[in-house]
Amino acid sequence: MRKARIILGHGSGGKLSHDLIESLFMPRFINPILQAGDDSAVFPLTDSDRISKRRQLSEDEIAFTTDSYVVNPLSWPGGDIGRLAVCGTVNDLAMVGATPLYLSAAFVIEEGLPISTLRRIVTSMQRAAKEARVKIVAGDTKVVEKGSADGLFINTAGVGLLSGEVKISGSNAQPGDMVIVSGTIGDHGIAVLSAREGLTFSNSFKSDVAPLNHMVDAMLRTSHKVHAMRDPTRGGLATTLNEIARQSKAGICILEEQIPIREEVAAACEILGYDPLYVANEGKLVACVAPEDAERMVQVMRKARYGHEATIIGEVLSGPKGRVIMRTRVGGTRIVDMLTGDMLPRIC
Amino acid sequence: MRFIDEFRNSAAGRGLALRIQEKKVRPTNLMEVCGTHTVAIFKHGIRQILPEKINLLSGPGCPVCVTPNADIDKAIALAKNAQVILTTFGDMMKVPGSYSSLSQVKAVGADIRVVYSILDALKIAENNSRKSVVFLGVGFETTSPTTASAILEAERLGIDNFFFLSVHKLIPPAMRALLDSDEVHIDGFICPGHVSTIIGSQPYEFIPREYGIPCVIAGFEPLDILQAIDMLLEQISAEEPRVDIQYRRAVRKEGNPIALKYLSTVFDVTDARWRGIGIIPKSGLKLGQRYERVDADCAFKIVTRPPKEAAGCCCGDILRGVSTPHECGLFAKACTPEHPVGPCMVSTEGTCSVWYLYEEEGEALSQTGEPQANNKPVTLKE
Amino acid sequence: MCLAVPVRVLQIDSLEALVEVGGLARQASIMLVPDVQVGDYVLLHAGFAIQKLDEKEAEETIRLFEEIAEGMGD
Repeated sequence: MRKARIILGHGSGGKLSHDLIESLFMPRFINPILQAGDDSAVFPLTDSDRISKRRQLSEDEIAFTTDSYVVNPLSWPGGDIGRLAVCGTVNDLAMVGATPLYLSAAFVIEEGLPISTLRRIVTSMQRAAKEARVKIVAGDTKVVEKGSADGLFINTAGVGLLSGEVKISGSNAQPGDMVIVSGTIGDHGIAVLSAREGLTFSNSFKSDVAPLNHMVDAMLRTSHKVHAMRDPTRGGLATTLNEIARQSKAGICILEEQIPIREEVAAACEILGYDPLYVANEGKLVACVAPEDAERMVQVMRKARYGHEATIIGEVLSGPKGRVIMRTRVGGTRIVDMLTGDMLPRIC
Repeated sequence: MRFIDEFRNSAAGRGLALRIQEKKVRPTNLMEVCGTHTVAIFKHGIRQILPEKINLLSGPGCPVCVTPNADIDKAIALAKNAQVILTTFGDMMKVPGSYSSLSQVKAVGADIRVVYSILDALKIAENNSRKSVVFLGVGFETTSPTTASAILEAERLGIDNFFFLSVHKLIPPAMRALLDSDEVHIDGFICPGHVSTIIGSQPYEFIPREYGIPCVIAGFEPLDILQAIDMLLEQISAEEPRVDIQYRRAVRKEGNPIALKYLSTVFDVTDARWRGIGIIPKSGLKLGQRYERVDADCAFKIVTRPPKEAAGCCCGDILRGVSTPHECGLFAKACTPEHPVGPCMVSTEGTCSVWYLYEEEGEALSQTGEPQANNKPVTLKE
Repeated sequence: MCLAVPVRVLQIDSLEALVEVGGLARQASIMLVPDVQVGDYVLLHAGFAIQKLDEKEAEETIRLFEEIAEGMGD
């Protein structure tokens, strides 16, 4: 192996993905907007050369993001690639505090895909867009030869509007902030895995794919002290908390006992040898909120459709900088690192 | 989850820790032989709640780690054969052989499938009758009976395109080799609970008898491990070394006689090479004469280049408990879980990987002068 | 490489069983523990039940841990 090649782990959202971005993409595309490293780029509608490194709060900032969806199988209990493609991009916009408005959708379709499948997925996108109150305003369709794509890939890009008062960034978590998670972790990853061949359980798990923008709206109306927010998708809660800790140059301590997890998801993780902290979510968010507003925030989130099980799971500390630690049930502590490589079922 | 959650109780954990802390002990080296114990110990933060005088050493019980390069190279050579579908556990994918890893050859087109159970591999063989499906059988006595069962099952069903590359190994001979090398001082063994569900407690009896070292067969939940440590300290202070079973709900003295019968039906015990340790007499399982036709080693002409070890890699010393990862010049520098040099960094239960993920940075943590979560009460309102 | 999880046997069909843990059910081979009964707990490893769980012993260990927990006063 003299020539380095892309392996699946580069797409897992964990350390390899970060290394690839930092060593290959970032140096070539570098600019202050990209460098912010949040789920969406935030910028005023002006010539990029006039944007300084320090973000000025102004009325007419927009948020912009894009994401490609490649998932096998195309549908699973609780969702499909269409709903995911809309919700994922809507959530990326919501995580910087923007109100999502417009989406584009590009389809790369493998020759031979049944039209009925495509119709079902596009209908599901229509429904998700309606729920999130966004419009799909541009699109593209490409068909590739059999074998060049796995059924269907979807890319969506999205634009949202920011109000001048909002400054939410993964780099803005403050020591003392409470870390809130909006519900049970791992539901999506386990649902997709169990729908895949070979890991079949007789129960059907339900994925949590959902648009979170309405809950975020309610949160931002409750408090101006939401400092950092992110949706723990690929790489799971552990990877997202590490991103926030690194970008904010702070430490994060979470309590094992407080982390909400469905019993059947916990059981699947036991059997497959997964750590639920690393399993993907598509309808959950993590927020770092000033302590004086945290309790109220949890109450508000619990009233939202997708936040019934919101709870405080830990706290932002001044250090150790860039690290996430967990107090275990039996009173020990451990480091919680980013996901390394990709997740494989293991018997070890 | 019944019979899981009860063994993670927080108050009982603190109670057991207190019990251990109250015991007057001299510096004590306890070795957890099994890699699954290593992971559990780090995952539950058990090292931090033990008194400093109790030092936990990780032993050679990570089957991925002790598989020598030559065997990985063989599996890779088989996977490159266009007629072959190679099936294996997820644990094996990223382990570096001499020149490549399974995950790297999969990236360039080899048909390699990760399975949760060998029964999934059997199904793949059933559904792909024109291909040869090879299962890379790795693991200790916990896992080898599942391979034996599948071989018997394939025979019963008349599936003739299912082959096996057995690198299965046995734990007690490795413990003896470790003791005979006399490189590390061990005051007590935390013996592998799930291996023991199969082999029982008898195979460890030689350890207290010949070497005077206490053994406790332990479960894998945090309370199990703490109780096993407490039981070992009792034995040490009473100077009455024997084999105790902490994991009584799963381990019987005689083990699982049916599993043992299947093992002896299908496999012959053979000398085997362990990475870092060398050849240990009677420590491996190879397919017996009756099953030679499904032995991938006999059925395929496997050509590999001479194996080579990565320069500077200390996995061997680490597997014997002679060195800790920090004593390896590559650790956390040239060798990380994303770019592993040796198998101890790649396997989920490899000592280096576990230290890197849970501890290495944890130690760096205490040097920053920042408040440690351990001491700082986190204030949470319910 | 020795993860195993305690699961409860729901149904038995020759040497195949439906087993359950945490509300989650899946198939497992009981080739290695052919005499298990519906309702028994077994340890599941890589798709196989490898040993029967002795509930009486488990309860005894749990009782001991409960006593220790009570001693901690919470």
